[in-house]
Amino acid sequence: MSQLACQNVTLGYEGKTVVSGLSFTVNTGDYLCIVGENGSGKSTLMKTILKLKTPVSGQILTGEGLITREIGYLPQQTAVQKDFPASVREVVRSGCLNRCGLRPFYNRQEKNMAEDAMDKLGIAPVAKSCYRELSGGQQQRVLLARALCAARKILLLDEPATGLDPKATVEMYTLVKKLNTEGITIIMISHDITAATKYASHILHLGAQTPLFFGTKEEFLESEAGRVFAGAGNGAGAGNGAGAGNGAGAGNGAGAEAGAGDGAGAEGAGAGGAGDGGVRA
Amino acid sequence: MIELIDKLVMYFQFPFVRYAMIVGILIALCSSLLGVTLVLKRFSFIGDGLSHVAFGATAIAAAMNLTNNIFLVLPITIVSAILLLRSGQNAKIKGDAALAMISVGSLAVGYLIMNIYAKTSKFSSNLSGDVCTTLFGSTSILTLTMTEVWLCIGLSALVIVVFVVFYHKIFAVTFDEDFATATGNKAKLYNLLLAVVIAIIIVVAMNLVGALLISALVIFPALSAMRVFKSFRAVTLCSGIVSVTCAALGILISIIASTPVGSTIVAVDITGFTLFAIAGQIISRRGLTS
Repeated sequence: MSQLACQNVTLGYEGKTVVSGLSFTVNTGDYLCIVGENGSGKSTLMKTILKLKTPVSGQILTGEGLITREIGYLPQQTAVQKDFPASVREVVRSGCLNRCGLRPFYNRQEKNMAEDAMDKLGIAPVAKSCYRELSGGQQQRVLLARALCAARKILLLDEPATGLDPKATVEMYTLVKKLNTEGITIIMISHDITAATKYASHILHLGAQTPLFFGTKEEFLESEAGRVFAGAGNGAGAGNGAGAGNGAGAGNGAGAEAGAGDGAGAEGAGAGGAGDGGVRA
Repeated sequence: MIELIDKLVMYFQFPFVRYAMIVGILIALCSSLLGVTLVLKRFSFIGDGLSHVAFGATAIAAAMNLTNNIFLVLPITIVSAILLLRSGQNAKIKGDAALAMISVGSLAVGYLIMNIYAKTSKFSSNLSGDVCTTLFGSTSILTLTMTEVWLCIGLSALVIVVFVVFYHKIFAVTFDEDFATATGNKAKLYNLLLAVVIAIIIVVAMNLVGALLISALVIFPALSAMRVFKSFRAVTLCSGIVSVTCAALGILISIIASTPVGSTIVAVDITGFTLFAIAGQIISRRGLTS
């Protein structure tokens, strides 16, 4: 059984459906990137996986003995945190709280874990500094260190690159990839399709009301949905041109239809149109 | 100076002055500990709202001729606190509006009930005096009975123990409730606990400074500490120390100058805040130059 399985889930709030018919699985060691436009339900999906919200219908199952206490989460920053008097060390240690149970204080092992996490992310020198006085990139590292303390098996990140400059963004993605190669499953929401296709192993593309695509990165790049998204405007045109050029017209036509509709179709079309590679040309 | 000390020694021979001092310090300590969390959770005004609820409940208790009103006032206040803090994020009526509604609503209803019952003469004849006492706590701290003192000591001890035991959990829930819940902590339970503890403090503190001035005890020490200190632990500790110092000073001054206890304490708190604000400015300027 996979670590996380989403079965025909419908998401929404206040009676309004955001996504329906969503199914996907995540296995240990996967790096899943959730992409899609604003309002397509990315954050709602993540909050549902974290059990902060309940799905309208369908279910999300966890397998391989994954329990809530083994999940790490990097949320988007809240307004409260902007003027919160807390030292970096205090924030990072709070990630260990789910190991404490009823014990009121952190033990030696948990304290060491927080120190290790800070070392790993290069924020040990500012451990005593005030969280709110750090730069955006450093704050994000602090929150990632906290998430690391909580994460034993799986790490969920909600747009970790928000508000970071290009250099800090690359560093953030590199760090996450490194954690992934060390064996932690990653589920990340991102607006940045280039980064998603560069680092992720799987892509989930959400569109208005329906999931457009779920599959591996390679399949995504060759699917119609992926090409439209990755091509940033000229994707459709490139696809048509390639179709005319190499005579795989039937395959492309099916791809265009499926791209607008269901995920399985898009996947098939991706395999069908594998030859043309028009996007990258 | 010696005269002053003699006067104080003389006053401290009265048991009611000693009681007032003990109760005042305990309440100041408890309210300042939770004040840090409340200010950060954007609930600075909950002290005001809940104390008005407690005022309304006191009026009802008086109308019902209850001798010991705490057994009615405490449960009502606790329920209101839970409703306010729990519905914080998702309610149709947002936190600040709900707070304002409950706050003025219970103040009005409380005064109305007191007035109606004053006319039917079950109440004491001095209505405005009663209302003034409840709102500003002018003398009630000096008329504490032994039972009230012990009740106050017991409840304060409970609050302090809860705070120490749940310190890290309170921090996590205040800093990032979603993260705490998502990673498998019982954030809702801790919020509930926080609401109950806050309600207890407010009911107990009404005796000291009265319903209108409780917010001052809750927010001033926390805000003072936040001017200077940068970590949650330092802010909490400093807030406690500032609050106890200000309360003790306030009570002493009010005894010597025979001013109202509650407003004197708050005036000292304001002075403290000003000093800390200046200190904070100086520290941050030095930080920039060096």
